[in-house]
Amino acid sequence: TMKRFRRHGTESQRDRLKQELFQFTKTVEHGFPHQPSALGYSSSLQLMAIGTRSGAIKLYGAPGVEFMGLHDENAAVTQVFFMPHQVELVTLLDDNSLHMWTLQSHKGLSELLEIGRFLLTGPPGYTDISVTRVTAVLTHSSGELLLLGTEGGHVFIVEVPGFRELEEMNISLDQITSCVPDDYIGRRNLEHVEALQENPVNSNQVAIGYGRGLMVIWDLDHRCAIRHIPATQQLESMWWTEDGSCILSSHNDGSYCCWTLRTGDEREEEEKSNVPYGHFPCKAINKIVQLPTAGGPPFLLFSGGMPRASYGDRHCITVIYSKTQVAFDFTSRIIDFFVTRDGPQHTVFGEPSALVVLVEEELVVIDLQTEGWPVIQTPYLVPLHSSAITCSHHVSAIPLKLWERIIAAGVVQNTQYSKKPWPITGGQNLAPDPPQRDLLLTGHEDGTVRFWDASGVCLYPLYKLSTAAVFSADADLNDNMSQGAEGEWPPFRKVGCFDPYSDDPRLGIQKIHLCKYSGYLTVAGTAGQILMLELNDEAAEQTVEAKIVDLLQGQEGFRWKGHTQLDVREEPVLFPPGFQPFTVVQCQPPAVVTALSLHSEWKLVAFGTSHGFGVYDYLQKNNVLVKCTLNPSDQLAMEGPLSRVKSIKKSLRQSFRRIRRSRVSLRKHHISNTNKIQEANARLEAEQAEMEMAPVQRKIEARSSDDSFTGLVRTLYFADTFLSDSSHNTPSLWAGTNGGTVFAYILYIPPVEHRADEALTAQPAKEIQLMHRAPVVGIVVLDGHGAPLPEPLETAHDLARSPDLLGSHHVLVISEEQFKVFTLPKLSSKMKLKLTAVDGSRVRRVGVAWFGSSRTEDYGESGLVFLTNQGDVHVLSLPHIKMQIRYPCIRREDVSGIASCVFTKQGQGFYLMSPSEFERFSLSTRYLVEPRCLVEAPLP
Amino acid sequence: MFLSAVPQPSVEPRSRMSRQSQQQHRTPIRHIDNTVEVKSKFEAEYRRFGLKRNGFGGFQEFYHLLQNIHHIHGVEVLLEYADIHGDLLPINNDENFHKAVSSANPVLRIIITKKEGDSIVYTTNSLQRRRKGLGLTGLRPAASSSIHSKNKSGLMIGPPQDFRQISSIIDVDILPESYRRVRLHKYGSKKPLGFYIRDGVSVRVTPQGVEKVPGVFISRLVRGGLAESTGLLAVNDEILEVNGIDLAGKSLDQVTDMMVANSHNLIVTVKPANQRNNIAPRGSKNSMGHSGSVGSGGSIGSALSHDSPSPASQSNPITASSSIAEGDSYEEDDDGDVILENDCLSPNKYFPITNSSTLNRDSPHKGQHSTIPQSVSMPNSLGASLSHSSTMMSHHNGGSAHSVSSSQESMKEDGNVITL
Repeated sequence: TMKRFRRHGTESQRDRLKQELFQFTKTVEHGFPHQPSALGYSSSLQLMAIGTRSGAIKLYGAPGVEFMGLHDENAAVTQVFFMPHQVELVTLLDDNSLHMWTLQSHKGLSELLEIGRFLLTGPPGYTDISVTRVTAVLTHSSGELLLLGTEGGHVFIVEVPGFRELEEMNISLDQITSCVPDDYIGRRNLEHVEALQENPVNSNQVAIGYGRGLMVIWDLDHRCAIRHIPATQQLESMWWTEDGSCILSSHNDGSYCCWTLRTGDEREEEEKSNVPYGHFPCKAINKIVQLPTAGGPPFLLFSGGMPRASYGDRHCITVIYSKTQVAFDFTSRIIDFFVTRDGPQHTVFGEPSALVVLVEEELVVIDLQTEGWPVIQTPYLVPLHSSAITCSHHVSAIPLKLWERIIAAGVVQNTQYSKKPWPITGGQNLAPDPPQRDLLLTGHEDGTVRFWDASGVCLYPLYKLSTAAVFSADADLNDNMSQGAEGEWPPFRKVGCFDPYSDDPRLGIQKIHLCKYSGYLTVAGTAGQILMLELNDEAAEQTVEAKIVDLLQGQEGFRWKGHTQLDVREEPVLFPPGFQPFTVVQCQPPAVVTALSLHSEWKLVAFGTSHGFGVYDYLQKNNVLVKCTLNPSDQLAMEGPLSRVKSIKKSLRQSFRRIRRSRVSLRKHHISNTNKIQEANARLEAEQAEMEMAPVQRKIEARSSDDSFTGLVRTLYFADTFLSDSSHNTPSLWAGTNGGTVFAYILYIPPVEHRADEALTAQPAKEIQLMHRAPVVGIVVLDGHGAPLPEPLETAHDLARSPDLLGSHHVLVISEEQFKVFTLPKLSSKMKLKLTAVDGSRVRRVGVAWFGSSRTEDYGESGLVFLTNQGDVHVLSLPHIKMQIRYPCIRREDVSGIASCVFTKQGQGFYLMSPSEFERFSLSTRYLVEPRCLVEAPLP
Repeated sequence: MFLSAVPQPSVEPRSRMSRQSQQQHRTPIRHIDNTVEVKSKFEAEYRRFGLKRNGFGGFQEFYHLLQNIHHIHGVEVLLEYADIHGDLLPINNDENFHKAVSSANPVLRIIITKKEGDSIVYTTNSLQRRRKGLGLTGLRPAASSSIHSKNKSGLMIGPPQDFRQISSIIDVDILPESYRRVRLHKYGSKKPLGFYIRDGVSVRVTPQGVEKVPGVFISRLVRGGLAESTGLLAVNDEILEVNGIDLAGKSLDQVTDMMVANSHNLIVTVKPANQRNNIAPRGSKNSMGHSGSVGSGGSIGSALSHDSPSPASQSNPITASSSIAEGDSYEEDDDGDVILENDCLSPNKYFPITNSSTLNRDSPHKGQHSTIPQSVSMPNSLGASLSHSSTMMSHHNGGSAHSVSSSQESMKEDGNVITL
């Protein structure tokens, strides 16, 4: 009993320590919200609100000021409105529910909270659902009333924040129709309420716009119609000018009208209907805004209105000021836009300063005060997915020198942006400065690598590297294809960076490894290309040396049916300042690179594909090792699986590309092309439905050496450890395959003085075939203290303790199914932890992290962090591989989210919660990057 | 008749250095091609000799040869050999003798035991199990052997001899009558497990009434597969547990992964769709556990037996909650990872593939099966301390005359022993 008691004591001690080391928090979402559906703006708070189709609501102000809320209902947010001069906002969902949110201060920080919800029922007697379906919302400047226009044509008035229906104030359709002028086209049905506007100079007057076209000015005090504006085209939007003298209406046929309201005169005057892109039929103008300037003509801005036949598929906002007119051409659908104003205290009547446009895939902000209306770079909401993300790589604690050089390289690339500061400035960012400089590198389908500042709450773009210049592309893509030619009408200008169409999928980046100490970078791609790059502050013209590596090693009888290898340019190429390639290794067959590791101290890069792996010496530009891992009976690995899997995607991409070309050359045919997309989509959906119909069956079979892709290299690892005997440590390379095999090689690296000329060799030393044959996803050598070996050059830069070379080393082999520790150099099994056999989950992503105690500064320990296919994150202790914690993190259905996860060295992680957003989470009590901000209510 | 043998006394292993240097002068092809090295053991005595691979005769000749070598004429013995998976298998006819010779990798290890009345069940890892439980001398615990010798003259009751066990019904005494716990011994068998599972709806009777819950069912049996050949599993049987872990709340993919991860020693608890062939638990626990008799309805042409209840199942009836410890206690030793040392690997860095493909060609199997196991790890319980594991290893090494031979050792023996 004594023993039991004691053990209990140590266990509870360990439990307490766990609480000090680990906690799971989802901290912040980076990137651009998936499927945004509504935009709102408060000029008094200087805050912007974005609602999404999944019911999320996100608020953004000054960089670092952000809030997130989620509606319980799984319904799209269709409209968002801030209550004027208040910290409340109202959302309308497509289930017709209204929600009131507020920014509440708590311990000096603001929180976004839902404080009320409301479903319009209408007075008794209204039974038809459509009668109370809200189509237009007006937040009255009094801050006490909501006007809700409905599908039935009624306007209901609700008192807020309590959501009390003021029945006596309702404006019923009957009241309106009874006084419609007789000459208004036979007094037909007015249809739903399309728009509601308040008179900026008289808050008692509101304009009600009906779908049919009729607009009515209603006096809220006297409860009567003052005026009727008999527009006859389907109404799209309404705008009451700031001086209260005019109402602009925009219509379904691409026209807009300006109705002058003269006081004392009963008859309003219609200026002639204006069709800005006229002659031929035009698409609707969805929204129109007119803003005065102090000393000149007003700004007129409207979305849509393009000639239906030739440019009906464009997403444009036209800005007209004086003689200047530009049709900003976006690459995705426009959700909404607003214009920020400046001037004293950001009063409503300040000068227009920036046009803020929310399109489906990005936020674009255009500086209206600088000549040429340049784009302002967004500090947040950056579309991560401007080309689809194919991989990511996180590097913690970047040395200042490298950081500054990367920023400098990025500045050169961003000269086209406006110099104006970010125009949305609400709230105060109270988060402490990030403790260190962190980089997140994302690889993209188009062959680019983007460098992001991931130190703080805003994931800010620093620099973009393009690898495409190394290769001669099939057809040189002209990026200015859709750029407006001189005198072209409409005067298009392409804006935004969302461009998901990769012209050569072989360029796609699959693996990235950056050495933060040396500034060497290696990236590997879809067509077996491995590029070695070095950071250079100057532009340089150089020839990139290509080296072909035959991974089949003479195995015969195979025919690669996948894509061909990329052609490396033979002539010198001018590379801008930044990371410049100096060598490219090309695997043969050109299969996708599945593993990559860089050792900048030894100047070696290891790479692997489904056929084998190799080690390349980038100093001598020579191959040190090639090993074929291919099972001779594995035909599938030979055929190039990508060519099959991607075929549907490819055909879709091609059809998109055709459309894009047709915009320029074959304008008349593009409608049929749009139909083609619809057909293709319908076909895809049908295929999907068919797959869902088939009964789900799973084969139960032991893995065998004859399974497909057993030779696929999953992980590569360099280590200085004891591989041949227990008294001499040597450089080594470890490789793990899909079939559960681990290969270990001893590397002979000449002493520094002969490093450039003496030959390097690699000797096979050990081979482990795991009996369970599950894919090996990670290999870590633990030193005599049980600590993971430091990174290359880490000890040389005095940033890590030297590894303990006296005690015995161990190697931890992580397969998808279990964790196993072997002694070195004997490789006898020391301990193991089974995962899949016990709970059916499999390791998907793994990393080593250091966890500091929240209680005391000087205690910390290393842990193995991993994510399973069930979406749970776990931490295992090292070196004892004991389960510490487990938290659900990602939905298990979210396969791409799970596949995208990366861990940082400080126990944080990132995963793609949608194609355009990273969710950031932390398992550490000490390292948390989360928004901390305060928004104060504006003074009355 | 080409049998020839020269008995040799057992040779002390030389130092590692000399072995390595010797090995480099040797092509690994020769000894595999021409002769099979045989190491036979009777009680405490060992004999080593070479056997011509392409010229051997039948079982009877081999039997007499062994009697000669060990000087045990007139003693009725059983011959067994250790296959590459560490399983102990019988040699009692021409066919399995040929199989034994062809699978020698590279040493054919023969264990000769006096024929006694007790029955032996050939099963996964039986070699290690027997070694662990009974030592290597072939002695049986007094109690059991005395019981068996008493029964010697009578009718033999128990599992049939000379068969390799591929499946068993276990824990009959502790499971509800409507459930069946089946162990499939995949390892060492060439047969595929051969079944498919699917999602389905199960009806449970709860105190609140009948309730429909999602369940996992067998959807298909592959013809000629292990699952079908046992006759213990059928389409539409509901799977309730895998290796002692309750499947409630687990997705089809999770269950699939669990089964594959346990595939070398899969224990599934099913609720058979056909409830007519159930084995009713009879009598007391103890008598059931050891009697080895089979309920009348359960036998469908396969070798059946009752293993004694495993500790996990005793502590966990069907409602067992999953935990690591419980999961592990169910498992058989699976530390059969094959480790190749550098001296087996090609020293030639430029053409590493050439050498290993040569090895492949000589072997009847493809891929990693053909590699020579240098050492087969011993079972280690989860999180075993270093000291514990090192004692295990030393125990293993102590019995090295009997452990799976290292390649170095075998090559040396090859050089010393074979006479043609």
